[in-house]
Amino acid sequence: MSVLHGIPALLQAADPNMPIVSGGWFFFFTIVKMLVIFTIYMIGVAMLTLAERKISAWIQDRHGPNRVGKGWLQPAADGLKNFMKEETMPEGVNKPLFVLAPILSFIPALTAWCVIPFGAPWPTRWGRIDLVVADLPVGFLFILAITSLGVYGVVLAGWSSNNKYALLGGLRSSAQMVSYEISLGMSTIPVLLLAGNVSLNSIINQQAWGGWNVVNLTVAFFIFMVAAFAETNRLPFDLPEAESELIAGYHTEYSAMKFSLFFIAEYAGMVTQSALMATLFFGGWDVPFTARDNIGPFSKWLSLLSIGIFLAKILFFLFLFMWIRWTLPRFRYDQLMSLGWKFMLPLALTYIVIIAAVLLGLSASGIPQGALWTAILGSINIAMIIILFAILDRGRIISPAYGRMHPKEVQRLRQLDRQLENKRRPIATEAGR
Amino acid sequence: MAIKVKVVERPVDDVSYIRATLKGMALTVKHLFDVQGRVTTQYPEEKSPISPRWRGTHRMLTTETGKARCVACGLCPTVCPANCIKLVPGEDEEGNRYPLVFEIDEFRCIFCGYCQEVCPEEAIHVGRHYENSEYSREGFVYDLQRLMDQTHPVCEMWDPEDPKGE
Repeated sequence: MSVLHGIPALLQAADPNMPIVSGGWFFFFTIVKMLVIFTIYMIGVAMLTLAERKISAWIQDRHGPNRVGKGWLQPAADGLKNFMKEETMPEGVNKPLFVLAPILSFIPALTAWCVIPFGAPWPTRWGRIDLVVADLPVGFLFILAITSLGVYGVVLAGWSSNNKYALLGGLRSSAQMVSYEISLGMSTIPVLLLAGNVSLNSIINQQAWGGWNVVNLTVAFFIFMVAAFAETNRLPFDLPEAESELIAGYHTEYSAMKFSLFFIAEYAGMVTQSALMATLFFGGWDVPFTARDNIGPFSKWLSLLSIGIFLAKILFFLFLFMWIRWTLPRFRYDQLMSLGWKFMLPLALTYIVIIAAVLLGLSASGIPQGALWTAILGSINIAMIIILFAILDRGRIISPAYGRMHPKEVQRLRQLDRQLENKRRPIATEAGR
Repeated sequence: MAIKVKVVERPVDDVSYIRATLKGMALTVKHLFDVQGRVTTQYPEEKSPISPRWRGTHRMLTTETGKARCVACGLCPTVCPANCIKLVPGEDEEGNRYPLVFEIDEFRCIFCGYCQEVCPEEAIHVGRHYENSEYSREGFVYDLQRLMDQTHPVCEMWDPEDPKGE
């Protein structure tokens, strides 16, 4: 009966201008939020390892883990195994850094979450709770600063291991992550231009009114997505790991829970990047086609719904990460660098200029954010996407087996080959007799 | 004669990364949802069929009275290329020969099936069975009783009249 009595109380809408909880309660609820997020996050990451194995298995026409508790307890079994395994400490490692590296790669991925809003405000009798651990006014800058620290873990792991493969992995990752960080940052500048603010909540609110940024800024979304794949060291950008060339790259020498921490860090990074993609380009926790979730009146059901929507968006991107991983082969190192520096960075910079010009034009002609505004931006993006995909994507963006070559040079080489062929053929015929 | 290598020129103007990627993703997602197409055999529960001529764990056939058919003629230890059969012949009051000791070391055995082929009494056979595991090395030396206790089907030897086993 008490449950039935509770439902009307839950449905009761709260005042949209309810003040934020203050004083001791603020402290208390912040700690509760931290604990809840950390727990869900860790369990989620554990389940992601299972999801990755299942999806990879299904894509490869296998069944995947299905023994330990029908497969569901596989992450627990893996965790237990990792705790009981031997901690190896190879000769010649730099011990403090060797221990520090897994921690350094794990913490930034986790820390970034504290500024990502994950739901509509939750009304309580003590006031409104914003569903974000720390509503920093510089939220987005904080994320850029923290996620770029992730490279230290990888580089230090590679360097401190005293192993050539680990070192190569670390070197590759430093080059890769630094290169793609720039494109990542540049691709988000149009988002900030649209929102006019760096706080993530205002970015979400802007999208609730002006349409999702994936329509407004499709090109930026693609750049961000590719850079996010590179940032998280996922295929097709998993050069730091490259199990076929570098054994396991930077974590070759790691075992037991230290190795597991790198693994968790990779998945935590994926979750963070997925959440960022959802927040910056897919409206965050914004419930599509409604406005009530942004202005209130807020209720607990609305908060739960918005959390569910946000989770669904994150899960979609996580699936995309895995889908791509089991589809694409790894880039070669020079292809990776030329894509990052020669294509993505100039594109991102050009895009900033284009979007800034369009925004200037829109505000000069007095069009407010709304359907027309979105339509104009969207059509510009569609035009750009068509140009990019139909004209530039012909062996020019990423050529399959060699760097970009001038057609004249190709012609010359082919002619040379034909001349040589004429010389070779008699010799070959002779030898064949 | 020189081998002719067909060199396919790369169609630089037609190659695409993004379209090829999308094509690849369509293919992988097709396999993702293809439940019928999963090919793994769930081994302990389901087993792949084995050939009727599979030569596995040995089996000693018995007479109607429950004794081993073996007459201790000594042909199988003679023909055995791996020297894994130990046979000590004995003789009862009526002059019938029987094996006092008959042991096969499954570790040394190379499962060639010569013993089955050479046996005049059709006593020793290689069988259609492959799941042998033991906790000790000694466990792999099968004595006569153990060979008689095996129940799995025995190997059908290759028949020159019917080479395909039909």
